[in-house]
Amino acid sequence: MELLVNGLRAFCYTGGRPFEATLPTVMFIHGGELDHSVWGLQSRYLAHHGRSVLAVDLPGHGRSEGDPLATVGAMSEWIVGVLDAAGVARAALVGHSMGSLIAVDAAGRFASRVDRIALLGTTFPMRVSAELLDAAKNDEPRAQAMINVWSHAAIAHYPNNPGPGFWIHGGNLRLMQRQKPGVLHADFNACNAYADGATRAAEVTCPTLLVLGRRDAMTPSRGGRGFAKAFGKAAAVQVVELEGAGHNLMAERPDEVLDALVGFVPGAG
Amino acid sequence: MPDPRPAGFETLALHAGQRPDPVTGARATPIYLTTSFVFRDADHAAALFNMERAGHVYSRISNPTNAVLEERIAALEGGVGAIAVASGQAALHLSIATLLGAGSHIVASRALYGGSHNLLEYTLPRFGIETTFVTPRDHDAWRAAIRPNTRLFFGETLGNPGLDVLDIERVSAIAHEAGVPLLVDSTFTTPYLLRPFDWGADLIYHSATKFLGGHGVAIGGLVVDGGRFDWEKSGRFPELTEPYAGFHGMDFQEESTVAAFLLRARREGLRDFGACMSPATAFQILQGVETLPLRMERHVANARRVVEFLVRHEMVESVSWPELESHPDHTLAKRMLPRGCGAVFSFNLRGDRAAGRRFIESLTVFSHLANVGDARSLVIHPASTTHFRMDDAALVAAGITAGTIRLSIGLEDIDDLLEDLARGLRAAGRS
Repeated sequence: MELLVNGLRAFCYTGGRPFEATLPTVMFIHGGELDHSVWGLQSRYLAHHGRSVLAVDLPGHGRSEGDPLATVGAMSEWIVGVLDAAGVARAALVGHSMGSLIAVDAAGRFASRVDRIALLGTTFPMRVSAELLDAAKNDEPRAQAMINVWSHAAIAHYPNNPGPGFWIHGGNLRLMQRQKPGVLHADFNACNAYADGATRAAEVTCPTLLVLGRRDAMTPSRGGRGFAKAFGKAAAVQVVELEGAGHNLMAERPDEVLDALVGFVPGAG
Repeated sequence: MPDPRPAGFETLALHAGQRPDPVTGARATPIYLTTSFVFRDADHAAALFNMERAGHVYSRISNPTNAVLEERIAALEGGVGAIAVASGQAALHLSIATLLGAGSHIVASRALYGGSHNLLEYTLPRFGIETTFVTPRDHDAWRAAIRPNTRLFFGETLGNPGLDVLDIERVSAIAHEAGVPLLVDSTFTTPYLLRPFDWGADLIYHSATKFLGGHGVAIGGLVVDGGRFDWEKSGRFPELTEPYAGFHGMDFQEESTVAAFLLRARREGLRDFGACMSPATAFQILQGVETLPLRMERHVANARRVVEFLVRHEMVESVSWPELESHPDHTLAKRMLPRGCGAVFSFNLRGDRAAGRRFIESLTVFSHLANVGDARSLVIHPASTTHFRMDDAALVAAGITAGTIRLSIGLEDIDDLLEDLARGLRAAGRS
């Protein structure tokens, strides 16, 4: 589905079903230099089980027009713009990595629009090393190779994602390579510069779920556990840690991630 | 601090896609010899059928043993995924049938395996798919053959029978200018010698029967998707970019940015055409893949020694081998195939068909049969076997002569191979 946000086309995958604004809405927000397709199995399941799904391509990513946005704050404002364009008053936000920061920022600043947040592969601060940031700017293939190694905990996964016979490492690398030049640096720069995470987390009053990979080398789980403490009591934070999982949780542990979301995001009926 | 390093080729050949079985601890890949898989409940069943959860339903569509092989080959090729099928021919058919329909057109190298040529020249026209054949090194011909309904470029990494080296970089660039993908048959080179995706190919297939298996006990094929081709931007592939009524209205490109081809090929092609691989076969081919790097090194080393022997022999008129300076693609081969040009090649004997027959029938180590890529050395004399109905003029038109011999060099002691060939050449020289 395509929407118009700030005068530019914004693509949202709706899980293989037409979008219905009357159903409880779940918005999926991808991480740096990726797109909506990282949520294939989870978003498709929820769309066929009593929820409406908006799995966005952030500006400049995938099929959405424009340049990548420079700050996490601008991205969370854009997310609210998508909800407006889709006619959705409140939604659950599910974010991965950079997407998790966007979800926290939106939940803190636009509380009336956010029903609950699920944060996957998250930490705060989400610092990016100077070397990786430099590579993202000046040598994208090198940066992508580093990220791809750090994003996976093993060279074998079951069940395969999005189905049997898919090589998760190859798919993740190719998805990064298919984004426009400059997207990686813009995204990582935004993550590295985002300073409001703890402040926004303290403002969150909606239910909050963190799903962490025990072997995540991009956003180590101890950082995620620390971030969980930044939320107030009203957030009723739950933390789920997946044994043996790395940063690419949705692909490495598709069923466990889905099961955590099914229990957390209510559907109709 | 050094950059993190992805697993190397030899490690991937042994481990990619497989971990010890979590229930039994089995280290080797188990053979899941079952037609079907039990659902946890009705919702789980529905979710598997609708691609909401990952898993297996029925072994024609997918199987855990096959999935290990598929992931492993995709890893070795640098692709996003693969599909294992019943044979190399099934892999070619699945690739074509997923992308093309009646009224569409292929541009293909004319230097093809005979089975592939038969499919394109004689069988596919019956289903409304036409092919224009071009000389692989004539790049203007590739470009000139493109039509508004062209949907595929196709060639072999090392063409049959002269081992023409496909300039994948240039041919794929011509294809991409026209919004068309390049499919490459990489059977003779395997990912150890050449990774076509690194040079611009979009899809790869293998006859896994050959070097990937290496043992000559199993027939199988694999199709690998590079995940780079933009089907949406091309505008020529509504099968991948518009809702498919045959599978829940799925728009495959929307569903997976990088693997639309594989989704359709599995959800339609394996489901409807049904040319699946047996899990027992997948296991057998996996045994070969585990030692692929070691075997290919020895295949190439032995092939080099055999070529060196043949080019100096008085009974040998010529040897077609891209590592020789006399081969028209020698420079290209040095650039694209630094690890070697495989182990299958042809040479021309001095003499007539009878000389060829005497050569073949004198060999004791080489096996006279119609296959290549086995651990054992193999030989065939086309003029007295596969092409015996052709007169000498027709043979020349097919790119061979009365004295053409095709060898597939195996892993035996090189001195035994050279002694065997010397015996055959002596016999060929007797009148």
